[in-house]
Amino acid sequence: MSTCAGAGKAVTMGERPAWERIRDFSEVDCGLSAEEAVAEAERCLQCKKPSCVRGCPVEIDIPAFIARIAEGDFSGAARIIKEDNLLPAVCGRVCPQEVQCEGACLLGAKEKPVRIGELERFVADHERKQGLVIPSVAEPTGKRVAVVGSGPAGLTAAAELARAGHMVTVFESLHEPGGVLMYGIPSFRLPKDVVQAEIDQLRGMGVEILTNHLAGASIPVAELYAYDAVFIGTGAGLPFFMNIPGEQLNGVYSANEFLTRVNLMHADRFPEYDTPVRHAGRVTVVGGGNVAMDAARVARRFGARVTLVYRRREEDLPARRAEVIRAREEGIEFELCANPVRILGTNFVTGVECVRMEMCDIDESGRPEPSPVAGSNFVIDADMVIQAIGQGPNPLLIRKMEGISYGRKGNIVVDEEGRSSLEKVFAAGDVATGAATVILAMGGAKKAARAIDRMLREEEQGR
Amino acid sequence: MESHLVGVVGVKPLYRVNEAGQLADKIFQIWVEAPHVARHALAGQFLVIRIDEHGERIPLTVSAVSGDLVRIIFMAVGKTTHQLSTLKAGDLIRDVAGPLGRPSEIGKHGTCVVVGGGAGIASCPIIARAARDAGNRVIGIIGARNAGYLILEDEMREACDDLLIATDDGSRGYHGFAADVLKGVIAERKVDCVWIIGPAIMMKVTSEVTRPKGIRTFVSLNPIMVDGTGMCGSCRVRVGGETKFACVDGPEFDAHQVDFDLLMQRQRTYFDEEKASLERYHEHLCRCGEGGHHG
Repeated sequence: MSTCAGAGKAVTMGERPAWERIRDFSEVDCGLSAEEAVAEAERCLQCKKPSCVRGCPVEIDIPAFIARIAEGDFSGAARIIKEDNLLPAVCGRVCPQEVQCEGACLLGAKEKPVRIGELERFVADHERKQGLVIPSVAEPTGKRVAVVGSGPAGLTAAAELARAGHMVTVFESLHEPGGVLMYGIPSFRLPKDVVQAEIDQLRGMGVEILTNHLAGASIPVAELYAYDAVFIGTGAGLPFFMNIPGEQLNGVYSANEFLTRVNLMHADRFPEYDTPVRHAGRVTVVGGGNVAMDAARVARRFGARVTLVYRRREEDLPARRAEVIRAREEGIEFELCANPVRILGTNFVTGVECVRMEMCDIDESGRPEPSPVAGSNFVIDADMVIQAIGQGPNPLLIRKMEGISYGRKGNIVVDEEGRSSLEKVFAAGDVATGAATVILAMGGAKKAARAIDRMLREEEQGR
Repeated sequence: MESHLVGVVGVKPLYRVNEAGQLADKIFQIWVEAPHVARHALAGQFLVIRIDEHGERIPLTVSAVSGDLVRIIFMAVGKTTHQLSTLKAGDLIRDVAGPLGRPSEIGKHGTCVVVGGGAGIASCPIIARAARDAGNRVIGIIGARNAGYLILEDEMREACDDLLIATDDGSRGYHGFAADVLKGVIAERKVDCVWIIGPAIMMKVTSEVTRPKGIRTFVSLNPIMVDGTGMCGSCRVRVGGETKFACVDGPEFDAHQVDFDLLMQRQRTYFDEEKASLERYHEHLCRCGEGGHHG
């Protein structure tokens, strides 16, 4: 597990220094000690109408669990969180709290908001050390639900449905469940044993998880439709490329490929593990989201000098704030307001030609639209390029589901409760919204699972 | 009722090897029990296997199915395929995922030729059979470096209306390349559709034979893959000037549109790492005295 415990910092834990952490893949943030957690919990004002709860996409009863921490009842706190969220150790670590619960905290206006994410994580880690308590499940309903995909959306839907007493089978195409939690987010931000433990709770609740099963192929759609309901949480795993010259050179990766090789296949431990990955001296990462930060920081841990190229300004970086700061501390160089136009090299990459961008009109999202400055081209030396410019939904299953409506970007069109245009077929998470965050996928999945549960119960009564 | 999570471990699927053996020099076959693949696989599709917890994911063509069993055929060239060649009946493979990729475009074309080179012959009988079942006349051509590398001759003879054989050194059948034999066939009669499956260089050279006559020609591309489900783009290839992912858009493509030079360039990405991994494996085997070198 994390090297934090062994670092001899029993009371104040916090973050490992950059010089130390870039030498390994162990967790950067060591979390709060019990004393720190209690002290932080005591800062909470216990608002009557807590705005933090509304800021949380799965609406955890935040003041209630924080009150338990303040009393020293950590197990009680865990029980409260798990009523709304079965992946607290994950969410406490990866949620962009600054725009969710903590962004809504009243204390944020005057001083610092309560560190809700760290507290959630503390409670979850505490429970895991004691042995996770498997949530109770309702009387079996005899209804069968197929959940496609085992990322944050699929896991959340499976948990909610199992809790309601339905028989749930999860189909996962990769060899490990977890989706982006396993292949995408590196262990220095989200240790894999944390993910495994939270997934094992589902198995404890009776959820069947079939890995190596690609829905639409290993399980034809007709077999999926034989279930009483189908939940699709296949994510947005299709990587976009920039379609610029040189993209097919050796040494050009999608962030998905680079991160999958390292996180899921353990290429950082090649040749002990069989999957190789290129080790480069100079790496250019393109993009400004969490995926770009993760890829840059992984490459840094292989000893590379890393430049991150983003077409907008610092304040426009969509990545989680804490990770941008950590990336800078770790020595990632930021080339902002720049965009690649060509990748240079013969067979292998040697450099990236970029152009400066200037910010023009404000777009729909309220950010300035970047446009290239003529004649401002410059070259960054690189022997590896990682593209992290976004992903779309994988069309593999969707195009086999005749009659399902999908949008221009290939996302399944759903209503507020996750209903697709096909009867009994629901969808949530990135496959419906396009690439977003773990917690938004979980919020959508929870709503869909509740709608599925209602549908199945009404069906039963209507009989 | 709540219970503590004690002793609940991840359910690890394992796939049992039903039969394993050597077919030719360095070429091996394994029948593995994988019902989810066997029940739904069609000609032209592939699967991805990972031997054990430390293993890499490698793609292999589904070369035959029988009940819940799938057959894979491979040449021992790198670490993973060497390790795979040591598996025996009763051994377990950690992961088998599939069926993956688009099936072959089997229609009523007329006269079809199915050309296989080396270990690529593994993919041919299932396609030949499907093409014949669809009402085509099917001519098979199988070629290898020498007679010792030829596989599935009987199966191809059974699946095809005619079977022609070529070896580079003339040790069996026609003395020369499969491309020369194909040239002869299309000179003699009208051919409507051709499949060519083998090493990239063989597919490149052989598909030039059908280009002048504009004969519809499919090749099954073999770039480096990781997931095999379209989520990484490691297997991207250029077809007709466009980027395609071989694992989901293929692996079969119009041969005359494929950039084979790029395919071969990208296949060499991990040349050094692959060599190091194989050397380490052989050293380890020798130290442990578990077995000797293969081939």
